[in-house]
Amino acid sequence: MRIACPHCGERGSEEFSFLGAAGLARPAPDAPADAWHEYVYQRDNPAGSYSELWHHLSGCRRWLVVTRDTRTHAIASVVDA
Amino acid sequence: MTYSLFSLAREALRGHTGWKPAWRDAAPKPDYDVLIVGGGGHGLATAYYLAKEHGITNVAVLEKSYIGSGNAGRNTTIIRSNYLLPGNERFYEKSMQLWEGLEQDLNYNAMVSQRGVLNLFHSDAQRDQYARRGNSMRLHGVDAELLDAEQVRAMYPFLDFANARFPIRGGLLQRRGGTARHDAVAWGFARGADRRGVDIVQNCEVTGIGVTNGRVTGVQTSRGPILAKKIGLVCAGNSSRVAAMAGLRLPIESHVLQAFVSEGIKPLIDGVVTFGAGHFYVSQSDKGGLVFGGDIDGYNSYAQRGSLPVVEDVMEGGMALMPMIGRLRVLRQWGGIMDMSMDGSPIIDRTPIEGLYLNAGWCYGGFKATPGSGWCFAHTIAKDEAHFVNSAYRLDRFATGALLDERGAGATPNLH
Repeated sequence: MRIACPHCGERGSEEFSFLGAAGLARPAPDAPADAWHEYVYQRDNPAGSYSELWHHLSGCRRWLVVTRDTRTHAIASVVDA
Repeated sequence: MTYSLFSLAREALRGHTGWKPAWRDAAPKPDYDVLIVGGGGHGLATAYYLAKEHGITNVAVLEKSYIGSGNAGRNTTIIRSNYLLPGNERFYEKSMQLWEGLEQDLNYNAMVSQRGVLNLFHSDAQRDQYARRGNSMRLHGVDAELLDAEQVRAMYPFLDFANARFPIRGGLLQRRGGTARHDAVAWGFARGADRRGVDIVQNCEVTGIGVTNGRVTGVQTSRGPILAKKIGLVCAGNSSRVAAMAGLRLPIESHVLQAFVSEGIKPLIDGVVTFGAGHFYVSQSDKGGLVFGGDIDGYNSYAQRGSLPVVEDVMEGGMALMPMIGRLRVLRQWGGIMDMSMDGSPIIDRTPIEGLYLNAGWCYGGFKATPGSGWCFAHTIAKDEAHFVNSAYRLDRFATGALLDERGAGATPNLH
């Protein structure tokens, strides 16, 4: 799999590290335990389009949001996080 | 038909014309007491133990493809019960005990072979950690032996003991561990369940789960609606998708894990060996191919195929452990979709919806759990409560904090 970094161009996925779902809203520190449980553990895990955080660790070291189809690994967009 | 020396001799004399299919390819009935969604090893085992242990036979197993077409046919066939945490060890040891009597119980040759599982360690600190795990196993009445480097050398002289970075200092051996024939496990449970009246319905994809007033009513499928009082979800990598049909969100991500088989060679490795300094493990199949694998690819995937960086990583692990493996050619490589739970341990529990039960989160360790998972899930469905053996595998442990963090890898699937 190759990821088109907006700063470095198309690079092999081994240059990046994967964090997981993008766009999770971090609850306020005093939010109820349920909100923290949702944020830390629960995931949508779709078969299809998925927005996820990748870190270009061996490149520009920017955090990126990659929108990728989990059934085909085809990447629709890569933007700065 | 019961398999025996007598039936084999009779069929040999008849030119093998009298063998019957091992199970019926059933059409779905309009309603059942229990529906099992997912016809893999765990689902078929659940149906088998529902019938055998609890007398519940008005059961159907719904499989979207053919039985054993998912991870049941894609794993590396290792069985073991060498866990540290009490919540895990009692479960995996129950599963191991079921493996030990499985073939007589099923009247089916699952080729269970207790050839030993050896986990190598490469430093003093790792030795201490493995000794602790071995002691924990022995406190649970499970066999474990701590071997030094010379004892390991006597078993596997070809390993790279003097590796500059990761010299082999010894290993933790469970002699009762080993391998089994993965397809035969699915077929044996299917036959056993079928002989007790369970319907095995193939090419029947569940497309919706009916819930009324917080209680399940049945499912919609590609072969029409089916009513049921209780529904058990055993969908491995597709657990999140199927649970979402009932409005549930799970602490699971689906990741791809690859495995490999080399060309067939003469007998070389008579047990299972795992590399302790990277993620690599190897055994030899009865056909002679080395069966090996490593880590997950590390990003969400439903594609049942992996990528090259992880192939390279697995091969590097193999070369560090046993350099002779570099002379072999890889015959086949494949990927399976793992239901990676957030603490690395499985879930066998009720759900907030009445009559809906969940068996998921096996990460990449589901095969060895097959009989134990089915046995516990059948108990949970039949009695509406967990057995002591699976009482740690609660769905709400992520909310309560009672995590089962066996490998100390934290709450992210990509670290396991």
